Amino acid sequence: MIHSLFLVNASGDIFLEKHWKSVVSRSVCDYFFEAQERATEPENVPPVIPTPHHYLISVLRHRIYFVAVIQSEVPPLFVIEFLHRVVDTFQDYFGVCTEAAIKDNVVVVYELLEEMLDNGFPLATESNILKELIKPPTILRTMVNTITGSTNVGEQLPTGQLSVVPWRRTGVKYTNNEAYFDVVEEIDAIIDKSGSTITAEIQGVIDACVKLTGMPDLTLSFMNPRLLDDVSFHPCVRFKRWEAERILSFIPPDGNFRLLSYHVSSQNLVAIPVYVKHNITFREGSSQGRFDLTLGPKQTMGKAVESVLVSSQLPRGVLNANLNPSQGTYTFDPVTKLLSWDVGKINPQKLPSLKGTMSLQAGASKPDENPTINIQFKIQQMAISGLKVNRLDMYGEKYKPFKGIKYMTKAGKSVLQRMHIVNCK
Amino acid sequence: MTTMQKLLQLPVNAVNIVKTVQSQVQGQEEDKSPVLTPDSGQHSWYNALQPDELRHLRSGGTGGGGGGGGDQEERAPLEEGGGGGSSGGTFQTQPLRHDDLKEMLDSNKDSLKLEAMKRIVAMIARGKNASDLFPAVVKNVACKNIEVKKLVYVYLVRYAEEQQDLALLSISTFQRGLKDPNQLIRASALRVLSSIRVTIIVPIMMLAIKEAASDMSPYVRKTAAHAIPKLYSLDPEQKDQLIEVIEKLLADKTTLVAGSVVMAFEEVCPERIDLIHKNYRKLCNLLIDVEEWGQVVIINMLTRYARTQFLNPNINESLLEEGGGGEKTFYGSDEDEDEDEEEKEKKAEVAAMAKRKPYVMDPDHRLLLRNTKPLLQSRNAAVVMAVAQLYFHLAPKAEVGVIAKALVRLLRSHSEVQYVVLQNVATMTIKRRGMFEPYLKSFYIRSTDPTQIKVLKLEVLTNLANETNISTILREFQTYIKSMDKDFVAATIQAIGRCATNIGEVRDTCLNGLVQLLSNRDELVVAESVVVIKKLLQMQPEKHSDIIKHMAKLTDNIQVPMARASILWLIGEYCEHVPKIAPDVLRKMAKSFTNEEDIVKLQIINLAAKLYLTNSKQTKLLTQYVLNLAKYDQNYDIRDRARFIRQLIVPTEKSGALSKYAKKLFLALKPAPVLESPFKDRDHFQLGSLSHLLNAKAGGYQELPDWPEAAPDPSVRNVEVPEWTKCSSREKRKEKKVEKPFYSDSEGESGPTESADSESDSASGSESGSGSEESGSGSESEESEEGSESEEEEEEEEEKDKKKKKKELKKPVPETESEQSSEEEDRKIKRKSKQRKSDSESESDEDEESESESSQSESEDSESEIEVKKKKKTAEMKPPSKPVKKETKKEKKEMSLLDLDDFEPAPSPQVTPVNTFLSNSLVTDLEGLSLSDSVLSPATIAPSSVLKNYELLHRITGEGLSVEYCFSRQPFSPDANMVAVQMQFTNSATSDTKNLHMEDVKLQSGMRVKEFPEIELLSAGETAMAVMGIDFCDSTQAANFQLCTHTRKFFVSIQPPVGELMRPIFLTENEFKKEQEKLLQNLGQLMGMNEITEKLTLDAKCRNEHAIVQRVTTAANLSRVPCGSDKECSPPVPPPDHPVYRFAGRTVTSSSLVLVTVATKEEGAAQLTVNCEKMVIGTMLVKDILLALTQ
Repeated sequence: MIHSLFLVNASGDIFLEKHWKSVVSRSVCDYFFEAQERATEPENVPPVIPTPHHYLISVLRHRIYFVAVIQSEVPPLFVIEFLHRVVDTFQDYFGVCTEAAIKDNVVVVYELLEEMLDNGFPLATESNILKELIKPPTILRTMVNTITGSTNVGEQLPTGQLSVVPWRRTGVKYTNNEAYFDVVEEIDAIIDKSGSTITAEIQGVIDACVKLTGMPDLTLSFMNPRLLDDVSFHPCVRFKRWEAERILSFIPPDGNFRLLSYHVSSQNLVAIPVYVKHNITFREGSSQGRFDLTLGPKQTMGKAVESVLVSSQLPRGVLNANLNPSQGTYTFDPVTKLLSWDVGKINPQKLPSLKGTMSLQAGASKPDENPTINIQFKIQQMAISGLKVNRLDMYGEKYKPFKGIKYMTKAGKSVLQRMHIVNCK
Repeated sequence: MTTMQKLLQLPVNAVNIVKTVQSQVQGQEEDKSPVLTPDSGQHSWYNALQPDELRHLRSGGTGGGGGGGGDQEERAPLEEGGGGGSSGGTFQTQPLRHDDLKEMLDSNKDSLKLEAMKRIVAMIARGKNASDLFPAVVKNVACKNIEVKKLVYVYLVRYAEEQQDLALLSISTFQRGLKDPNQLIRASALRVLSSIRVTIIVPIMMLAIKEAASDMSPYVRKTAAHAIPKLYSLDPEQKDQLIEVIEKLLADKTTLVAGSVVMAFEEVCPERIDLIHKNYRKLCNLLIDVEEWGQVVIINMLTRYARTQFLNPNINESLLEEGGGGEKTFYGSDEDEDEDEEEKEKKAEVAAMAKRKPYVMDPDHRLLLRNTKPLLQSRNAAVVMAVAQLYFHLAPKAEVGVIAKALVRLLRSHSEVQYVVLQNVATMTIKRRGMFEPYLKSFYIRSTDPTQIKVLKLEVLTNLANETNISTILREFQTYIKSMDKDFVAATIQAIGRCATNIGEVRDTCLNGLVQLLSNRDELVVAESVVVIKKLLQMQPEKHSDIIKHMAKLTDNIQVPMARASILWLIGEYCEHVPKIAPDVLRKMAKSFTNEEDIVKLQIINLAAKLYLTNSKQTKLLTQYVLNLAKYDQNYDIRDRARFIRQLIVPTEKSGALSKYAKKLFLALKPAPVLESPFKDRDHFQLGSLSHLLNAKAGGYQELPDWPEAAPDPSVRNVEVPEWTKCSSREKRKEKKVEKPFYSDSEGESGPTESADSESDSASGSESGSGSEESGSGSESEESEEGSESEEEEEEEEEKDKKKKKKELKKPVPETESEQSSEEEDRKIKRKSKQRKSDSESESDEDEESESESSQSESEDSESEIEVKKKKKTAEMKPPSKPVKKETKKEKKEMSLLDLDDFEPAPSPQVTPVNTFLSNSLVTDLEGLSLSDSVLSPATIAPSSVLKNYELLHRITGEGLSVEYCFSRQPFSPDANMVAVQMQFTNSATSDTKNLHMEDVKLQSGMRVKEFPEIELLSAGETAMAVMGIDFCDSTQAANFQLCTHTRKFFVSIQPPVGELMRPIFLTENEFKKEQEKLLQNLGQLMGMNEITEKLTLDAKCRNEHAIVQRVTTAANLSRVPCGSDKECSPPVPPPDHPVYRFAGRTVTSSSLVLVTVATKEEGAAQLTVNCEKMVIGTMLVKDILLALTQ
């Protein structure tokens, strides 16, 4: 299936290659570089590129292209999903997934890739199993290994590989037994220029950090499980139990993992916790325009809206902006025309605003594109969908674990408000 | 790298080549300065490049080819920085000479070897050639250090192809590895062996794969499955043999193997669909527990399979579809009516056929749909997509809708995932628009999307547009037009054009909107609009002469060639609508002719020709002028066109008959273009495939076959149920149950390949369904599934019915039993809840069960089981009134007879070792006993019920010969230091087995084996016993040996539980205490080292003396120390409330004392203490006893 893998950095250098079948010359990447040149933005490189003898399937993560070379029919998502899994594993092992981190750990990377694929077919992709096979590098272990010459490689077949719970390591021991669950919801929305919502949806995840001794069997129940009608699970969750009782029952993997992700779709009413009022006007005969932006909170159930960041791509004709924020700081990049305003926390008593003038390039006509505003924010201690965990129980072990649950709501990749530029005569 | 360095390099290399001879002499010197001295660093720098240079000299531009030189330069700085890559920073800036690496590899220190290998791997990773190190590296293939070994494997796999001869040196190591007792080593040996692409070893690989395919460990079998495509790509000649192996592995029951073997099947013999028949139901049932990557492959394969085996579920709906066709013609695209007619006929025919025979969905078809549906919730996008395409291609129209939600969810994933999903959604929306309509807003475009995603979303939105939603979509499109991404704006305009052609009502609105766009400031927008307007106008030109006029004016401003050409074509085509303007436009164009682009020039010529034909009075001169200009154009196409047109339109005496028809030629009515989706008809490719994405057949793509006219025989999927005549095999079957509710999986090392014999129960359940006519409906098969499930339960119940009696759900599970116990727990909980729910239905369920059971041709056994179950159920349901209570009690006792694990002759506090071995006859006696009460199958009281039986050789692996063993706990007379192992051979094959003996015993040092006497003849169906002795040296290491018959050899191993490594001794309580103290004081300051204490909560059923003693003595071969028997020392006391139980024994080999104390406390709490000099044994024993007492 997957023949070879090339890692390409932002400047177009291949800095790592791995072959699972016979060697494919790295000149095959020339086709990729061609496509890369054609694409205006880095993310516009098509994920699948056919070449005369091979197909290149690539993903872009952390400004590194992971280019897989395949030779025959394979579901493209299969490869894409696998490549993302590789990136996640690297991130898990090295903390970050950068060119430098990969180069520094090239041997571990190679060992990992060797275990993850056999003849191009995924073999072990479960992070708990991999960690038993190849121990993640820590400073201490690196030191010890250089001195003693001992290895990072496990000698035994991880029992998980054969057991009924392949995702969990065996023989886990902790002195402090703790289980943390983060309910994080991200809102994505499109808001029209008058402020009414066109579409909004919530993408929620429950990320867990479980550090429990032995083989705990957990059940997690919700106050309002009906909200979760579109869910995808980590393989550890017993599906039938969920179907029947709407209870999450699972033997967790050790460490960090994503227990489930859910999607509350646009059919349900989603309230956006912030609103933006804007007013941009250009007058005929003048190269100056007026710019006025005001933010305010909306339906936050008393929770503070924090880390608010507003950014907008202003029309190309804008030369400069001279603005005055009532709080926070703003920057305007005259080259990319990107305006960003770091607002911070919204104080409902004194709404933050950004006012001032914009100057157009001399001779440029009035812009007729409508920019959009992208709003970022965070609200702690609240899940905007109203999801609430009822209780967490543990069976199978005798100790009493510490349990913690955290809620957070934030803006997803895009809470977009469309703006309207008024051109007065 | 500077040119200076480059210049320097060659001479140095040249010198070096000469020097290589001398280097041996210099070797000693280098030995003294090991590896890295700062002064040699500079020198080695230049040498490090040598192999690369040499390669270029050798290969002369092949291989790396393309960017050879450039590559080299790019890599140079990397090399400087990347140096040693993995390891400590100190070495990074000093790349080593290969000589040094060789030296490190030759050294005795593992750490040096490791360092060297790490550097070599780093070189490989950077794409540098390290092949000249091959001889030095390959020597280390047998290195003890596992990391070195692994890295050597990495190297070997990379370069073996280039150095075939040298690679052969390593083969023997792998062959040895293939026989290793550790499954990880066996598997990795096979992995590497099969990855070495050296044709000479094909026979060896073949042999290894065959052997591994019947390995005990499912992990090794999985590796074997992986090796199959490797061998196939190396030597396609082996196909036939490989298919045999695939066939064998397809029958494997473990989820671990399933995905890999289907992958092998797809790569080697996808056309052999017949191999799937027998495994179809099993694959469907296992699917949910297969790892995610395997799921994708299996689902894709099953889609193809289903297309060949089942009938089209939508066959009856073709009538309705015809209505859809009518809708289509309503929208005006009625160009191919004849075809429609034909189609209608065909449909009518099909419909008629369908009417004759109402469609009934094959239960197997239903099984597939039902079992894949939960996977829509998978976190893996590839799995979701695979299920979605399966539903799209296979499900009845009404059910396809379920996939929409899951696919929309995927749109929140990474942009690459979105890209692929949207491509597939685009195809689906053409066929099944209604499915995605509720999710229309999810496809709205965000300004943050990458352009390629935006364009795909537009495509989907356009496909989804209909009369009801078109106004919202158009409003949305309007905002897109104001976007800053111009490519996207252009795509939006085209989309508007398509909406306008598809939906008649909005055509005028769209056209007006597009005309407004003509005044847009952005030229690209205008140009794109012109092109689209041109297409729209072509559909109804009469109405829109004013638009054409408006566009004619635009020629002054628009510079985009395509747009100018479009306008000119429009004016020419409809010149009769704009008779005044057209000549004027031509005049202007004639003026600027020389400066125009080629496509515009061609259209100017066309315009001139058309005007000449319609309005020659005004335009004759202009036309001639244009044609003259064109005659001398640089472009020969234009020159040709001018010449051709002149001949056609300007009548001369020479001009032939054609000029008469010039008007017809030029002013013929041109059909309006059809704006259709590029995704139309893409669905003949299997969705989700690479071929679909590229809209071109990729290599190795398997066509999705059309539905068959008539369904092939469904009985091919029936799996004949083997006769379970022998109780032993029946027993085995239960032990090896594969079907488990959710967390099903293989059971470790124990299960060798099973062939079709133990086909899963649920399959047989649906089998029973297949007989009935009306089972096509979903509810019916649902029921049969339920039936099969409860059937499963029933079998499990038998194993642990005692547990079931217990009412608590929660129960402490000790660490050691980890997965299994928790799994049981899980099952139990599930079963309970289910039972509670379906109590009322239980009766009907059972009826069905019995039906399906009887179909298994083992009616006797199963019925009896059911009976037992029924009884139990009724017992459970009865209220706890007094007389009934008695009955339940009685029942309980009976159950304990049934309980295999717990049934054991009660060990009394005897002094002599308890001889627990029971002969077969005793078993039959017992059987008779129980038969008097209820009908019990012989299976439930197999000989195994007495002592725990272990399997040595499975019937299938042993080709009919099965061997079980148990630890008989009798002293082994020839050697007292040995543990007696009682073996039972059963020959279930049809032929006799001769000369059964053992060979080639492989043991850990110190262990000894006394072989059993050879069994000369074991005729078919016979059973024989033999006893052998093993001295395990007080360790739980396995004894490996070969079991030989006259024809075959089997590798087997015996591993003792720690409890069997001891023999009981008699001690009085006082002696016990003395010994205990002695043991404790033995080590003085290290007190406690040989005492292990654990607190535990006794199992509810295990709180009386009898139970505790029984359980401890079952777990370990110990005898009980009679309490209070030392009357001379302690005054007689009334039995305490919380008695203390003591057990004693000695290890078999070293006669070390083993003392076990169980002190009970209130409410089932207890403390377990084990004293033993041998700490390892002590620890293991604690675990075992703990387990026995808490379960």
